Amino acid sequence: MKKKDLSLISSSFIILGLLLIPTISVSAQQPTPSDDQVNAIARQLYCPVCENTPLDVCPTTACHQWRELIRQMLAEGKSEAEIKQYFVDYYGASVLSEPPASGINWLVYIVPPVAFLVGVFLLFQAFRTWKKAAKEPMTGSASSLIHGTDPASGSAPDDPYISRLEEELKKRK
Amino acid sequence: MSQEPGIASAPKRGVPIWIQIIIWLGLLGLLGILAAGLLKARHPILSVGSPVPDFTLTLFSGYEYHNASQVRLSDLRGQVIVVNFWASWCQPCAGEAPDVEAAWNSYAKSGKVIFLGVDYLDTEPAARTYLTEFNISYPNGPDMGRRISQIFNSNLGVPETYIIDQRGVLQFAQIGPFQSSAEIQAILDPLLAGE
Repeated sequence: MKKKDLSLISSSFIILGLLLIPTISVSAQQPTPSDDQVNAIARQLYCPVCENTPLDVCPTTACHQWRELIRQMLAEGKSEAEIKQYFVDYYGASVLSEPPASGINWLVYIVPPVAFLVGVFLLFQAFRTWKKAAKEPMTGSASSLIHGTDPASGSAPDDPYISRLEEELKKRK
Repeated sequence: MSQEPGIASAPKRGVPIWIQIIIWLGLLGLLGILAAGLLKARHPILSVGSPVPDFTLTLFSGYEYHNASQVRLSDLRGQVIVVNFWASWCQPCAGEAPDVEAAWNSYAKSGKVIFLGVDYLDTEPAARTYLTEFNISYPNGPDMGRRISQIFNSNLGVPETYIIDQRGVLQFAQIGPFQSSAEIQAILDPLLAGE
């Protein structure tokens, strides 16, 4: 009985082993990358021939070739960074959807925030100046212009427009 | 002298002068970059009669020049150089490929003319298929990072061919395909006769 059990166990191990062989050999192969995997990289690249068209949606023969190249490189086990670097080396940095932060490209990253900060600073300065001006006591001529008096005589001028304006202001009070 | 009534002495206000200088310099710098870009866009093609800046073409294996995997323009002085830009996805390139190969074959043995094929924005497997299909035998290589095409034409469209004389001066620019090998020979023969 024991012998029978042993042979049964050993034969089941052999069968299990035989069943595993094809599984192992299949997993050692690189599966063909799907369109989604290819497009995940392709959408980060731009067609070098037709400007402003991402590689994943570009319909030209050249773009089809490039997508196939990405598929081939993925199947070879290349990483996303390696594939992107290959494209940059081969076709130039302009294929990247985001320019690399080097050389003159730095301007793309530096100019907008700097311009924004300068704008904020200028607005702050301007508001501060206006606030200061509003707080300062009015000078004779400015006050007279607003209150409608002649700075020299102190009497109200015979301007019907100013008189009407003052009446309107009184009504609103 | 008394101050005019009603006019107070104006306090110093606004943006400090050093910030104003920085802003203006920044704006001038940006305008300079824009102007340089516009000038380049207006004159994209290297003018005929200009010396061609030096470049190095890395060659596909099987398409080397005297067994060297790279060829430098300045090393070819004394020969007429035909630089042909092409791509496997370009239909007109396929149309002119047999004529360019035929023209090359008529000068190959003389040693006075060298043809260089520059594969523009292409993939190597497709380029190799193309080279085999048209039995191309002259040195060929990819335009890595578009560095060579930028020298000749910043708005390059394939096929384009540039012919450089023995002194390294650009003598002819063909935008578009050649119609026959005789057309190429008609350009090369006078250059060889005038050496």
